[in-house]
Amino acid sequence: MSKMSTKPVSKGGQLLSSILHHQLIIPIAALLLLTVFNLIADPSFFRITLGTNSAGHPVLSGYLITIIDYGSELAILAIGMTLVTAASGGQDISVGAGIAISGSVLLRVLCGTESRPETLQAPIIVAFLVCVVVAMIFGAFNGALVAYFKIQPMVATLILFTAGRSIAAWINNNELPIVSDETFSFFGGYIPGIPIPTPFFIALICFVITWAVLKFTTLGLYVQSVGINEKTSRLNGLNPEMIKFITYVLLGLCVAVCGLIKVSRLSTINYSVIAKDIEMDAILAVALGGNALSGGKFNMGASILGAYVIQFLTTTLYKFDVQSDALSAYKAVVVILLVVLSAPVVREKLSSLLKLATSRLRSAKSPT
Amino acid sequence: MSKTSSAGKSGLAKRIGKMTDTNLLMSITIVVFLVMYLGAILFLGDGFLKSQQFFNMLNANASLIILSCGMSLVMINGGIDISVGGVTALVSMSCAVYLDYHGGNVFGALLLALGIGLAFGLVQGYLIAYLDIQPFIVTLAGMFFARGMTTIVHTNPFNVENEAFLKLKNARIIVPFLGSYNKRGVYVDAYIEIGVIVALLIVAALFFALKWTKTGRNFYAVGGNRQSALMLGINVKRTTFLSHLLCGLLAGIGGFVYFLHVGSGSASHAMGAEMNAIASSIIGGTMLTGGVGNIIGTFFGVMSLALIQNIVSSVGLDQAWWTGITIAAMLCLFLIVQSIIIARRKKANSAAAR
Repeated sequence: MSKMSTKPVSKGGQLLSSILHHQLIIPIAALLLLTVFNLIADPSFFRITLGTNSAGHPVLSGYLITIIDYGSELAILAIGMTLVTAASGGQDISVGAGIAISGSVLLRVLCGTESRPETLQAPIIVAFLVCVVVAMIFGAFNGALVAYFKIQPMVATLILFTAGRSIAAWINNNELPIVSDETFSFFGGYIPGIPIPTPFFIALICFVITWAVLKFTTLGLYVQSVGINEKTSRLNGLNPEMIKFITYVLLGLCVAVCGLIKVSRLSTINYSVIAKDIEMDAILAVALGGNALSGGKFNMGASILGAYVIQFLTTTLYKFDVQSDALSAYKAVVVILLVVLSAPVVREKLSSLLKLATSRLRSAKSPT
Repeated sequence: MSKTSSAGKSGLAKRIGKMTDTNLLMSITIVVFLVMYLGAILFLGDGFLKSQQFFNMLNANASLIILSCGMSLVMINGGIDISVGGVTALVSMSCAVYLDYHGGNVFGALLLALGIGLAFGLVQGYLIAYLDIQPFIVTLAGMFFARGMTTIVHTNPFNVENEAFLKLKNARIIVPFLGSYNKRGVYVDAYIEIGVIVALLIVAALFFALKWTKTGRNFYAVGGNRQSALMLGINVKRTTFLSHLLCGLLAGIGGFVYFLHVGSGSASHAMGAEMNAIASSIIGGTMLTGGVGNIIGTFFGVMSLALIQNIVSSVGLDQAWWTGITIAAMLCLFLIVQSIIIARRKKANSAAAR
């Protein structure tokens, strides 16, 4: 009798544990938590209204739209950050500064030497390509320091973290060029006739490309193998330095796309404020996606979902009138909680506690 | 003639080769510092000859010296702490609010500063040493937490008007015999601030502690090789914890010295101080990989950075971005030198093992 009764329990337990150990559980749980919190606090958070913007085009507005709008560049960054984290076991903290640099280059090419040109000095696509190349060069700089000079990723990227915004100001001679061309604002705003913000579509394109690259090339496999064990990867004929280097260059590409969106939102740039603290959010997105920050296996979908959850959190905090400068304190608490929960020592203790609890429950049940 | 010179050269090379990593890197720094100072005197005129110029560098960078000492300690132990800048801002803002809005006294403010530093050190040290979380992640979160808390404590920057505090802030210690004559031919005494004395005391204390106490040597052992340190019976976790605790405490003291220098509270205080502290430590010969470093080197690292800033501004490149770019370039250079030295040592070691 007792045998029969334990069997379904263990099956259920297995199912439960397999769900609990799936990587997507962390971001989804966080998403649910935030959703429930917002439902209780103020259901109007989820209201979406169709209105018209200043140009008279139909646009959707609401907190959810804000999340998919502003979460998109974070998600694009999270793609590159996941690869870098997986391959090199460290994070790039210069992404915010990198966005400032690529945005500055973009404006420099678009505006030439004038600060408020009537017409664009170069086609947008050319400016974007130049900005991609520059961002990838800076990515290559970080990558070379990490891969070939064997400097810890966070220290190597600390160089650009400090110098980046200065370089960005230097590129434009500390002027703040303003782009008056209307088509340029499409990338960070709305394309006429489409009520959904464009960054979301840009992000979707990036997701599809990433999915295709991971599906049809061996990049994902190689990155994971280098992250798990560099020496064995070398013995298997991989070139770990090259792969690490490539991940940093790819992150540079992501940074350039983010730079385009960020600059397009404002049609101008503010060197010290643009993409401020975004490195924290990007790292948080990777951590929230359940990826090990010490490298190795990764799940890209979880990271992307994590990025949107972070934006959800940010938007929620904004809604409750938290100052933008104070946001980082709350997020830091979330980071600490996450890393503490995912620390091996704590996990072991928790699982042993869980086992103890279930065995007690079972022993309490068995006499009846 | 050429023979003797080459022999002398090879003798010098041998002596350099025999030097420990710590001394080699430190002597590079000191030489670079002296060469730069001589160059500044030669090419930029006699402004650099005045002793007050040197003392001003000390006055302005006393807090950075203290922060860098803490940073070196953690880095020798094989970790890193990037929360020190945030802690400095938090300390100065909290002390300012405490003095002006809550009628506190200076002693209480000092205790507050030490308490904040200790709290950061305790929490971060526990997470890093006993829960085995990467130091970079923990202290990055610590940095953002401290910066965020600073705005939560008080939003707008303001100057402190507490009298006792201002008296302490304006206290000058006259350095005898080193004054100079100004343009009118009047003798002006050279002076340093109280913070400099604190910083120099801390440098001396840490230098002796690292060199001659058991705990000090443990830091090197753990940073050099955790596994062997464990085999030798060193309590690795406690040593790591202690290094972060001390770094936090020093960040608190450094924050108070900074507060004493600027006399105001602001959320944007000490922006990038963590970067400067790391750069000074690295330039001073502390290796990121741990186990190598020297507090005297760190001191010269800070002074080199200060000197570069002085030179950059007196050459006429006074736009704000040049400082950031030059410091980053110098850091980059020293990092590459370090990585080359490590690679060469490794090669030599493996050749010797064969």
